[in-house]
Amino acid sequence: MTQKNRLQGGLIDRSRSYTFRFDGKTMTGHAGDTLASALLANGVRLMGRSFKYHRPRGPLTAGSEEPNAIVELREGARQEPNTRATTAELFDGLVARSQNRWPSLAFDALSVNDRLSSFFAAGFYYKTFMWPAAFWEKLYEPMIRRAAGLGSLSLQDDPDSYDKGFLHCDLLITGAGPAGLAAALTAGEAGLRVILADEDYVMGGRLNAETFSLGDMAGHDWAAQTVARLRSLPNVRVMPRTTVLGAFDHGIYGAVERVADHLAVPEAGKPRQILWRIYTKRSLLTAGALERPIAFENNDRPGIMLASALRAYANRWAATPAQRVAIFTNNDDGHRTAADLHAKGVKVAAVIDTRPGQPVSTDYEVLQGEIIDTAGRLGLTRITVRLAKGGTREIECGALGVSGGWNPNVSLTCHQRGRPVWEEGIAAFVPGGTLPDGMTVAGAAQGLFSTHAALTSGAEAAAQIATDLGHAATKPDLPQAEDAPVQITPFWHVTDAKRAWVDQQNDVTAKDVKLAHQENFVSVEHLKRYTTLGMATDQGKTSNMAGLAIMAEIAGKTIPEVGTTMFRPPYTPTAMGVLAGRSRGTDFRPVRKTPSHTWAEEQGAVFVEVGNWLRAQWFPRKGETTWRESVDREVLQTRKSVGICDVTTLGKIDVQGTDAAAFLNRIYCNGFAKLAVGRTRYGLMLREDGIAMDDGTAARLAEDHFVVTTTTANAVSVYRHMEFVRQCLFPDMDVQLISTTEAWAQFSVAGPNARKLLQKVVDPEFDLSNEGFPFMACGEITICGGLRARLFRISFSGELAYEIAVPTRYGDALIRRLMREGQEFDVVAYGTEALGVMRIEKGHAAGNELNGTTTALNLGMGRMVSQAKDSIGAVLSRREGLNEPVALKLVGFKPVDPTHKVPAGSHLMTKGAPVDAAHDQGYVTSACYSPNLGHHIAIGYLKSGDQRLGEIVRLVSPLTGFDHDVEVVSAHFVDPEGERLRA
Amino acid sequence: MIINHPLLGPRDAAEFVYKGDAALIHRPDGMAPDALEKFIDYGYLRDNPAGEHRELWFHEQGDRSWLVVTRNTLTHEITSVELARDVARREGRSK
Repeated sequence: MTQKNRLQGGLIDRSRSYTFRFDGKTMTGHAGDTLASALLANGVRLMGRSFKYHRPRGPLTAGSEEPNAIVELREGARQEPNTRATTAELFDGLVARSQNRWPSLAFDALSVNDRLSSFFAAGFYYKTFMWPAAFWEKLYEPMIRRAAGLGSLSLQDDPDSYDKGFLHCDLLITGAGPAGLAAALTAGEAGLRVILADEDYVMGGRLNAETFSLGDMAGHDWAAQTVARLRSLPNVRVMPRTTVLGAFDHGIYGAVERVADHLAVPEAGKPRQILWRIYTKRSLLTAGALERPIAFENNDRPGIMLASALRAYANRWAATPAQRVAIFTNNDDGHRTAADLHAKGVKVAAVIDTRPGQPVSTDYEVLQGEIIDTAGRLGLTRITVRLAKGGTREIECGALGVSGGWNPNVSLTCHQRGRPVWEEGIAAFVPGGTLPDGMTVAGAAQGLFSTHAALTSGAEAAAQIATDLGHAATKPDLPQAEDAPVQITPFWHVTDAKRAWVDQQNDVTAKDVKLAHQENFVSVEHLKRYTTLGMATDQGKTSNMAGLAIMAEIAGKTIPEVGTTMFRPPYTPTAMGVLAGRSRGTDFRPVRKTPSHTWAEEQGAVFVEVGNWLRAQWFPRKGETTWRESVDREVLQTRKSVGICDVTTLGKIDVQGTDAAAFLNRIYCNGFAKLAVGRTRYGLMLREDGIAMDDGTAARLAEDHFVVTTTTANAVSVYRHMEFVRQCLFPDMDVQLISTTEAWAQFSVAGPNARKLLQKVVDPEFDLSNEGFPFMACGEITICGGLRARLFRISFSGELAYEIAVPTRYGDALIRRLMREGQEFDVVAYGTEALGVMRIEKGHAAGNELNGTTTALNLGMGRMVSQAKDSIGAVLSRREGLNEPVALKLVGFKPVDPTHKVPAGSHLMTKGAPVDAAHDQGYVTSACYSPNLGHHIAIGYLKSGDQRLGEIVRLVSPLTGFDHDVEVVSAHFVDPEGERLRA
Repeated sequence: MIINHPLLGPRDAAEFVYKGDAALIHRPDGMAPDALEKFIDYGYLRDNPAGEHRELWFHEQGDRSWLVVTRNTLTHEITSVELARDVARREGRSK
């Protein structure tokens, strides 16, 4: 295909030609082209099908506000749906496809929707698909989803990386048009730290799309020269291809820099995009203005676009949708497009102006009138004009530029509490209400539409900001520029149209707006949601105004009375990948490894994630084919001889100070004041509402020094809670806290031979005999000839057990030493599964039992809550509601038929009673196979369970169909008297 | 949001964990005869003002200070940031 609609001039680089493909057709464009401009140059107007009616569509705009020309870019893993052809930079080898059509863009089977449009009017979802209800999920929804689809995903992992970055500046300038450039120059030369961001890849804004001169230079040359000057200032950061997405609290902005979207593959080591968080002292919004269309019959045919876009394609990209064009306008700016296209050699068939007394031209015909219809199935061929003087006229043309006036681009001013206000002189909303902290607006975004006003308002705003921040600013030498006044007579839509499109991305017509009003959706927010006007990914940048105006007209109100809807972040659609940044896959969050991790890997351990930790779950040995074989062996060997488990992950909090004991007395519901030095005690923490929060042990190493342990999962939240109690509730207590979880490697050594094994590593001066170091003793010792260590005689397994801690860097050496010294006892390493089995056999509560709904009473520890002191949660734990006579109690269960499992999560029912929620008796929290007992066991909560030992109850799980009898037993299956752990 | 930490200067709100109403500082005496009633108020009855609100934030990714932040819930404007410990002492808490 040749570039038959390529014009002369423009800012493209004709020395560099790029080959690209669209829907399988190979074409050529140039460096500097967008996909849309290259397609237009190649004679392609049809670029997509509309969302609902599958109408053929071409680009409406030349920027990021584009509602129609939405395509899929690239192939393979880099395939990217829903991309605007109007902003996609052309590169050599680019592959693009149209979306939402089948089998082809020119012939789309679902365009039948267009014929059935009377069924698909506003609110059709709510009216049409009401019954039968079962059809919704199975038939209607899948059907609608397929019909209204946008692009498709590759379903492969994105091969590119995305970064996040942080920037600080005195002044962020959003938009590098004439106002932004003048402001950046002023602020940069005044010495402010300035960031100038623009979504375009060439800075200059409309200066690149217009033919005005600035002083004695072309506008785009002045822009390029100014950007070069700014780049030379060390205090100015120039960021093209960077979209400021949102204005957040306290002067923080979010921006996405598209580092490599214009390349086939990002440069080695560079990210595809960067999400910047920009901290600003002040910001200046110079985002310009967006032209708005006029609604008229069949105003959506490919070839019909905004007049400013037609002009931009011609002036900047040297492309035109057709060689014969017409213009439809209600203001003077539309005439500029006619003049510029005429100058480029494009035939201007006519300018149709809605106003009387419109400007005249000797180069082309100017008519007063309105367009009442258009023709051309896949692209515009003809327009029909109703002339003001009477009669109609048909005009042949392949493109039509429409100008309904300009809207200041106020999006970012609304992201906090800003509410735009109506300005009659330009018939548009300008920024109003409370702007984001520190924001000033200048140029067209403020409603100052001439180039002169943009330059001066930008420079003045920047000078004021510099002064506010204590810098001396001088106004730069600004070139002479056009200063045309705005001449506009509002004109929103041609009346009596059957299908005049207001929102082209969501297929909303003027009639839909009227229908919404008829059905009493009178609030503008309701209008939006009922018709979906402005709810597409373009947020209605080109459509909201016409919708509001039509609504105002039928309601007999003024536009400001109707009000506006909100603009919200992000300013343009943003890829999920850049929001995730590096946090994906294994990098989603940090991995914490225990000190014995390397050793465990060498043993072939299977690991499990516990919070951020990786813990060994079990250690398979040769010949073991199921996890149960490994776990059973680890449990049996530990109970028979000795086993070792890495328990480093449990939270450790060092508590020091003269009030340390008094402090723990507040934190734990049981007493700690009288705990002797060298002793450890189990402690239960309550939340202030009386529910159990966490449990662990506190070891008193000295009069003013305790070491507290928490569960792995609650290490962070318990520490936070303790700091709250210390700083906010008892600020005068002499107590200091620090988390030492990562400072100590800690191993549990459990089993009848635990003492004998430890005696081989603990230095001989420390007496480990049962008398010298009894159950619940603790102390600071040395091992292996002088290495400092801590020893706690505590047991989770129910065996004679110790926990030994050494500084973390010795953890790897210690596990190797213990395993070597333990060979004579056939020592085993055990993982979290065996740990779980042994604690269930022993009836110890863990996370499943401390599940945020249970109290000390439920846990069978009701009497532990001291009445003699004030501790967190004690008072509310005595509430009537938590102390009902038939409270849940922690008990054990064993299956009546020993071959049955006792699955956790199943519910308990009294024999003979109905199985329903009203008769629920409790539930099983933890279950396992007990290799010591030879059958499955479980613990859980049963109403008045402590008084029902020996009763047979039904255990049901309607979800899995499980329904068997279990016997209520004590939760202490193994060694209920605790003789082993005191041995 | 940016919280102007009294010791560390302006810090991003992402470094903090939010708890709630600074009235939580005023924990009743658990040994008082009317403790149950007082604790029910303390635990469950909070004001939810549209406007200025004193609240507790924890600098978890920082120096682990609890702060009392006075923040307007409508505008997010922060008018005062103090160490919760100082506030607690001033408002009568001790041991």
